[in-house]
Amino acid sequence: MEQLKTIGRELAMGSQGGFGQSKEFLDLVKSIGESRSKAEEDRIVLSEIDILKRKLLEPDVPKRKMKEYIIRLVYIEMLGHDASFGYIHAVKMTHDDNLLLKRTGYLAVTLFLDEDHDLIILIVNTIQKDLRSDNYLVVCAALNAVCRLINEETIPAVLPQVVDLLNHGKEAVRKKAIMALHRFHRKSPSSVSHLVSNFRRKLCDSDPGVMGATLCPLFDLISEDVASYKDLVSSFVGILKQVTERKLPKSYDYHQMPAPFIQIKLLKIMALLSSGDKSASEMMYMVLGDLFRKCDSSTNIGNAILYECIRCISCIIPSPKLLEDAAEAISKFLKSDSHNLKYMGIDGLGRLIKISSDIAEQHQLAVIDCLEDPDDTLKRKTFELLYKMTKSSNVEVIVDRMIDYMISINDNHYKTEIASRCVELAEQFAPSNQWFIQIMNKVFEHAGDLVNIKVAHNLMRLIAEGFGEDDDDADNKLRLSAVESYLQIISEPKLPSLFLQVISWVLGEYGTADGKYSASYISGKLCDVADAYSSDETVKGYAVSALMKIYAFEIASGRKVDVLPECQSLIEELLASHSTDLQQRAYELQALLSLDARTVESILPLDASCEDIEVDKDLSFLNGYIQQAIESGAQPYVSERERSGGMFETTDYHSQDHHEVTSHALRFEAYELPKPSVPSQPSAALVPVPEPSYYSEPHQPISTSSSVSERESSEIKLRLDGVKQKWGRPSYQSSTSASSSTPPQAANGTSTHSDGGGVASSSSSKPRSSYESKKPEIDPEKQRLAASLFGGSSSSSRSDRKSSSGGHKPAKGTANKPLATVPKESPITVPDLLDFDEPTGTSDVAATDPFKELEGLMESSRQDGGGSTDVMGLYSTDASAPVKTTTSVDSLLSELSDSSRGTYHQSQTTKGPNSKEALEKDALVRQMGVNPTSQNPTLFKDLLG
Amino acid sequence: MIKAVMMMNTQGKPRLAKFYDFFTVEKQQELIRGVFSVLCSRPENISNFLEIDSLFGPDSWLVYKHYATLYFVLVFDGSENELAMLDLIQVLVETLDKCFSNVCELDIVFNYSKMHTVLDEIVFGGQVLETSSTEVMKAVEDISKLEAASNAVSLVPKSVSRWRGR
Repeated sequence: MEQLKTIGRELAMGSQGGFGQSKEFLDLVKSIGESRSKAEEDRIVLSEIDILKRKLLEPDVPKRKMKEYIIRLVYIEMLGHDASFGYIHAVKMTHDDNLLLKRTGYLAVTLFLDEDHDLIILIVNTIQKDLRSDNYLVVCAALNAVCRLINEETIPAVLPQVVDLLNHGKEAVRKKAIMALHRFHRKSPSSVSHLVSNFRRKLCDSDPGVMGATLCPLFDLISEDVASYKDLVSSFVGILKQVTERKLPKSYDYHQMPAPFIQIKLLKIMALLSSGDKSASEMMYMVLGDLFRKCDSSTNIGNAILYECIRCISCIIPSPKLLEDAAEAISKFLKSDSHNLKYMGIDGLGRLIKISSDIAEQHQLAVIDCLEDPDDTLKRKTFELLYKMTKSSNVEVIVDRMIDYMISINDNHYKTEIASRCVELAEQFAPSNQWFIQIMNKVFEHAGDLVNIKVAHNLMRLIAEGFGEDDDDADNKLRLSAVESYLQIISEPKLPSLFLQVISWVLGEYGTADGKYSASYISGKLCDVADAYSSDETVKGYAVSALMKIYAFEIASGRKVDVLPECQSLIEELLASHSTDLQQRAYELQALLSLDARTVESILPLDASCEDIEVDKDLSFLNGYIQQAIESGAQPYVSERERSGGMFETTDYHSQDHHEVTSHALRFEAYELPKPSVPSQPSAALVPVPEPSYYSEPHQPISTSSSVSERESSEIKLRLDGVKQKWGRPSYQSSTSASSSTPPQAANGTSTHSDGGGVASSSSSKPRSSYESKKPEIDPEKQRLAASLFGGSSSSSRSDRKSSSGGHKPAKGTANKPLATVPKESPITVPDLLDFDEPTGTSDVAATDPFKELEGLMESSRQDGGGSTDVMGLYSTDASAPVKTTTSVDSLLSELSDSSRGTYHQSQTTKGPNSKEALEKDALVRQMGVNPTSQNPTLFKDLLG
Repeated sequence: MIKAVMMMNTQGKPRLAKFYDFFTVEKQQELIRGVFSVLCSRPENISNFLEIDSLFGPDSWLVYKHYATLYFVLVFDGSENELAMLDLIQVLVETLDKCFSNVCELDIVFNYSKMHTVLDEIVFGGQVLETSSTEVMKAVEDISKLEAASNAVSLVPKSVSRWRGR
């Protein structure tokens, strides 16, 4: 704070109005303002805390001092330091009779305490008393505290008083009482459920402000329970009509708009009430149409109402006329220079696209501009829009864009969101499995730790299942391409764990399947992974299992297995691992290496992750063994049902129970009721199991045949028969079939209903649109993008992309057609019509004038760095204060004396306290001989809100 | 519902912070810092809206306006209209302007409690209470007057009043 340093204390004292503070507080603020580092600031605040602690403990602190201390406490707490040692003093201050002190006390406690704080109990009584006070300011202060400090338990203590206040003489009090009730409703709906009718009644309050306040709780109530408020639709429509017809007192106008905040709330409520309700919607057509006509789109607030209308129309069942109006408003928004309005336009598009899907097409270029805008907010909104309008014809472009953006941002929160959207779109609309795998790879590579583990398992399943039953060749190609892509990626540093798991699994299953890569090459890579990510046990587990599969395939095919030295050392390391899981896997691997080809093949058959495993529920393979046991004198097994018939024969029952167990020595009571489902467990494992268990699958010793089947069954968890496929096989299939056989135009034509591609051919003869002519040099790249996004007839970028897959891309000859799909739009006569930043209305100017001066002031101090002395001069409200330099005032002068300002000054003289000063300054400036000639438009823009 | 109102200067120093749901002091600081770091990374002349789910939980939006050395920030949920919130900042600033004639950062710094008074007349318990700066001014002036009156009576130190009485 350069300015603070030089500003005199007197000056600061002079500007404090009736809320004076002491020298100490000003010193504190000033020294904090001057501090150069956070550490210095902390030091100052800590010493301040010491001082306050001491002072608060002094006996007989004068009340005025105490108030001062409390304000200082609030201040240091805002700076992030604990001021709890003084809370009690703030609480005490609420008890004071003096209004100023009481209000200060309430201010402090509302900022300090939360509703469950222990000290609240000391305040409730005071609040109760103050709510009954004759002084409405006391009541207001208490209501303010009520909103913040009353919790569910204390609501009954103040509820009667608050309800009484609904009929208070002052409308300000009534308003606040309604809002306090609203707050109660939010905190604990049950506590005020019997009072809900009050809100309805207050809708008819004589004061429009109170009525407006009532809309807030009603909005909440209606969003919870639409049906029971349907009767109010006509009242709301009536109110809105009256408001728009300026039936309210002038004092409710804001920037020449009649009560805009009330209008917005009403529109929100009506959107709730009329959603999906034809008759209610119809009641609103008139007033909505009026709004579109009446709203002044040159002011911010006018646009706010227009936007609210669009939102409302997207919720109700609209008439075609209203849709047109909304579309027109949107196109105005999109053509505006203001980013805020563009944002609103994109948002509106996103809402309306649900109702009429072709609405976005006429704005394709605007949308693409927004996509490339430096404004992140706008970009995200646009991605949201794209997400909503994705279909199989444009999914590639959109997902590519999304991924590019995903890679470019650091914000993990949003990265997660956009990654999951990419995955969702890819799963839903993927044109080919190959593409799907590529997209997944990118997502995993750049946001692997942020995506759901399910996604990984879906990907593995896709690779394992491939295209389908009949096309083995394509399957193999797919797998090979997956393996190749993974071998490329695998050596990159710091891959996300989840991605490595997928890579390991795929390499294990299919790394050697094609014969292109040798087992030792793949296993070397896998060892590298296990080495490089030695702290990640999951990845290691996957890698070891993959190694095991590779060796198993080698052994099964009769080749001699050379275990690489690094593999050997890895296995040895894992044999001693602390993780029992890794240990188990290592032992299994070791055991497997010593088995013969036939056994190995039955343990880990090639590419069998998707095969059904026949689970022998009856365990018939044990029959011989049982026979043998019975022959050698064991009791035959009696099932539980049979057993329960003969419960009394306990001894028999004991021995029967464990017929399988060769050693008869161990029999305990606890074994009495074995679960009958034990043998059927493997079959349960066939169901797609929640993935985490895949990793921690139960491992059985490898030596017995039963355990082999067990192991197989757990291995097979990727087998997901009968589960609904996620990536929309039907749509994908239809698209490929169309692409392979039909020429592009026809393909588009057939799907006109979904992507509107047919427009191109029908409108190809139209002259280029005015939008086009206005911007003659539209980047052809953009046009191509537009075409591919919006289902235009052609896109060479897309055809480039797709040339490898020989897909359904259009011929290049039609490349300039999408231009014709841009609708005819008359050029905007007033280009900045919508830019509310421009000072179009005098009232705007009048209202914010001082900020210009402020800005000019800051500007100047920025320009000349140390020239803050003159800032002081300017800052002073005394116009005769000497302005010491001229350079720094220049910017201020220029705007003060330009012609438009002149008129404004005249109009302003009656309006506010500032005009006189401004004129005086102006005069001063002229006196000094500076005659600024041009206005400074950027300043204007900045300053006028 | 409005979740928070903040004013901070371009160096990230909070000048006023009011949260309509309770947060601990540490959390408040974290939020203020978080908001500032988002704001200062945004270039000029772009939209005034931000999705701020990452800081304030789902369905959180932020509108800000940059005046000279100050950021005015409103955080709110989906039940408010973004453009209208932008105008609410405008209302606040207009009111402050009337209040302090040519408001600047210093006024806000030095008139901490008055700031709260003004804000409380505009936003009440997270809902928009009043959007006419004239009305707000009227209310604030009433308060100042009454406070001044009560102040004159009881805040004069006893020694002084005794001395006066003589």
